[in-house]
Amino acid sequence: MLAVAPQERAVTTGPILEARDLVKRFGDLTAVKGVSFAVEKGESFGFLGPNGAGKTSTLRMISAVSEPTSGSLTILGLDPRRDGPQIRGRLGVVPQEDTLELELTVRQNLEMFGRYFDIARDVLRERASELLEFTQLSERANDKVDDLSGGMKRRLTIARALMNQPEILILDEPTTGLDPQARHLVWERLYRLKREGVTQIITTHYMDEAEQLCDRLVVMDHGTIVAEGPPSELIARHSTREVVELRFDTDSHEELHERLSPFAQRVEVLPDRILLYVNEGDDTLRELHAVGVMPTSALVRRSSLEDVFLRLTGRTLVD
Amino acid sequence: MSNTLDVTAGWSRWRRSWWYHATYYAQTWRGSVVSTVFFPIFFLAAFGVGVGHLVTAHHGLVQGQTYLHFIAPSLLATTAMQQAEGESLWPVLAAVKWLRTYHAAAATPLEPEDIFYGKLAWVVTRSFLTGVFYTIVIGCFGAIESWWSLTLPIIGALVTLAFAAPLVAFAARSQTDGSFVTIYRFAFVPMFLFSATFYPVSAYPGYLRPLVQLVPLYHGVALARAAAFGQGSLGAITFHFAFLVAMALVGIAWGRRTMRRRLVD
Repeated sequence: MLAVAPQERAVTTGPILEARDLVKRFGDLTAVKGVSFAVEKGESFGFLGPNGAGKTSTLRMISAVSEPTSGSLTILGLDPRRDGPQIRGRLGVVPQEDTLELELTVRQNLEMFGRYFDIARDVLRERASELLEFTQLSERANDKVDDLSGGMKRRLTIARALMNQPEILILDEPTTGLDPQARHLVWERLYRLKREGVTQIITTHYMDEAEQLCDRLVVMDHGTIVAEGPPSELIARHSTREVVELRFDTDSHEELHERLSPFAQRVEVLPDRILLYVNEGDDTLRELHAVGVMPTSALVRRSSLEDVFLRLTGRTLVD
Repeated sequence: MSNTLDVTAGWSRWRRSWWYHATYYAQTWRGSVVSTVFFPIFFLAAFGVGVGHLVTAHHGLVQGQTYLHFIAPSLLATTAMQQAEGESLWPVLAAVKWLRTYHAAAATPLEPEDIFYGKLAWVVTRSFLTGVFYTIVIGCFGAIESWWSLTLPIIGALVTLAFAAPLVAFAARSQTDGSFVTIYRFAFVPMFLFSATFYPVSAYPGYLRPLVQLVPLYHGVALARAAAFGQGSLGAITFHFAFLVAMALVGIAWGRRTMRRRLVD
């Protein structure tokens, strides 16, 4: 129902989107410092990174909205510097903020936005009904957007981005600010779109979201790409299989660093606990007990993308 | 980003923005229609009939017209300016900053210039339709004396464009609405009062009269009056017309830049 319309479209062989040495400068500030990546058709591709890493600037360039300062960019086989309107006609964009018309109804938001793509009115009416069904908003079709909850507005923004049956759906932090139920509903809908073959490009700073949604991702920091790969591969490459979290009854965990380092591939000391990066957490705990290390609490967990992320981008707060 | 230098090349796109603004208005017009319909009637009744009674009693005719006839065309010009104000400042700042709906539009095939032209085209359309209605109302009050009056809606549309273009351009580069209130207080209100709206320029002392030529609304008022009465020299009319056209062109050139900078960078 929502899959790419079987219209005549240039057969794109190779990546559906390709960037080489992409740079974006705003005056003295270089937001994106030469990034290269390629997205395959049907793939869900993620951009991870702290605030200010250059994710949104990159996304605006691949939305064919903002012009790259330098570097080459090909979207759907076209050049955004020349074919901007044509490319944007085949993309769907879910911006960070909902950007809906609050004074209009849910249905009006969809149908009026669809006219920007020059789609016939009866087609829009039909498509709006389908998408309202898809995003579970049919019952609210004639309500003002102002009265909707945050999760409903988010779903409506996603529905709006699908009005032109895009070949690539670009989502900037799709679930930021949503409660867990609303997040899961959005994830589930995005998963269904993926099954229907819609290529997705997603930024997020939720690691669980990236693991859920992305086939492959890049981690950005300070305007550059610091790692790239599928989530599981990134974990394997940049972290260990498991992490042991230890707490001790002491004011300074720092002193324990030297004592613990022989037991792990890497030891990270935080103000409230110590992390040991190891392959078999239970074995490590036994070894520690054997030499008389007695933490007040110990937790063994699997390594997650969050460990990779913090390893690569640091724990310092970025504002 | 692409070649939108030629307005006609973008027509198939900017008409979509025009249509969007028109539809938006059609869905939310209820509040504004009251003021659009009743304001001219109240205005003409209060000033034209009420104040006009005093003027006629103490002064006689104004430039050969009854006071009602004299101020009726300026009502059309000032309303045209007010429509530009109402449509071009807060709604544009909302669209580029608070609700960011223009940013949403910029992610579609539309270019920033298309959004800008569509906005102006809609404001001008609305002003033209209001102008038709006002011309009829003015006619009902018997204040129409020439076939040239048929051009009143076009004059109203031109006045609106002359103001709307620079105002949209300004709003598109604003970060807050703080300066909007200042513009209202120190530009629009004085212009409304002092553009020879309620009395002829001859009421000013000689050394002030040339200064009135610098007030944009004055040219709209003068043009509307010339049309309603079917009088005025060709030179003067050309000058008023050229002044408003120049203002519109400068505003359009400026707005293309501010809108692009706001939405695309």
